[in-house]
Amino acid sequence: MANSDKLVIAGREFTSRLMVGTGKYASNEETARALEASGAQIITVAVRRVNLDRSKESLLDCIDLKKYTLLPNTAGCYTADDAVRTCRLAREAGMSDFVKLEVLGDEKTLFPENEELLKAAKILVKEGFTVLPYTSDDPIMCRKLEDIGCAAVMPLGAPIGSGLGIRNPYNIRIILETVKIPVIVDAGVGTASDAAIAMELGCHGVLMNTAIAGAKNPVAMAEAMNLAVRAGRLAYLAGRIPRKLYATASSPLEGLLE
Amino acid sequence: MNIALNGESRSVSARTVKELLESLDIDSKRVAVELNMEILPKADYVTRTIADGDRIEIVHFVGGG
Repeated sequence: MANSDKLVIAGREFTSRLMVGTGKYASNEETARALEASGAQIITVAVRRVNLDRSKESLLDCIDLKKYTLLPNTAGCYTADDAVRTCRLAREAGMSDFVKLEVLGDEKTLFPENEELLKAAKILVKEGFTVLPYTSDDPIMCRKLEDIGCAAVMPLGAPIGSGLGIRNPYNIRIILETVKIPVIVDAGVGTASDAAIAMELGCHGVLMNTAIAGAKNPVAMAEAMNLAVRAGRLAYLAGRIPRKLYATASSPLEGLLE
Repeated sequence: MNIALNGESRSVSARTVKELLESLDIDSKRVAVELNMEILPKADYVTRTIADGDRIEIVHFVGGG
């Protein structure tokens, strides 16, 4: 069952449902080892000015680019114009149409600025980008993003980097019933059980960065997340038992000693 | 001539975008270049010339979430 279970985004198939960010690691070498342990096939990157003194080696020199689909983000953009500009630059730098679109509302919460997000998404879809928007855990917003033509929706589980887990699983469930495109929980995961919960809800994938990069042992946490996402997905497909208030014996009552 | 390169004022002798990247030892395959807010297709690096006062941005991918 697990082998034939693929994540499909804009017609492209992926066997891993865990997407990971590449920020905040101690070194490029640690990033490479964590990516390997995570089993991820899609990794996010940011678009930034080249360091002109060239003293630092580049992240892309340290990872096997044949193994991963790069998903450039628009982190740090607060307007639709900035986000669209960043996506166009990313397409030119990476020769791919995949973008993680985020337009932020404020620095303290890093919550999405939904009006600007919709504006940017419309422009980018028209220009042929495969748009994966980071959005609020709002079913109406997700429906609008789907209507515009986004390839997936990526509602937050909790604020970026907070590690608070899936704060509103009921909204995530409603989102899953509302849209037909893949739902990927992006942001908020703190530990392996959070990732498993997202997958058990029926989400199609999970995207995280800080939960792995900020762990005491990022490589071990990457492996934990790899397992948690797979376990959560399998449990979802297997179908859990209903919750009941009282006990039901697991052993037969017949043949008990008298 | 003087240009604004990634927000810094720089004196350069490169005549084209391609020459500029070469002088900075930057592999053009992994960057994107913006000349006065216009994103240049890679094929144009050879032909696009640089003029005094131009604002040029060279970006690439770095670690991010």
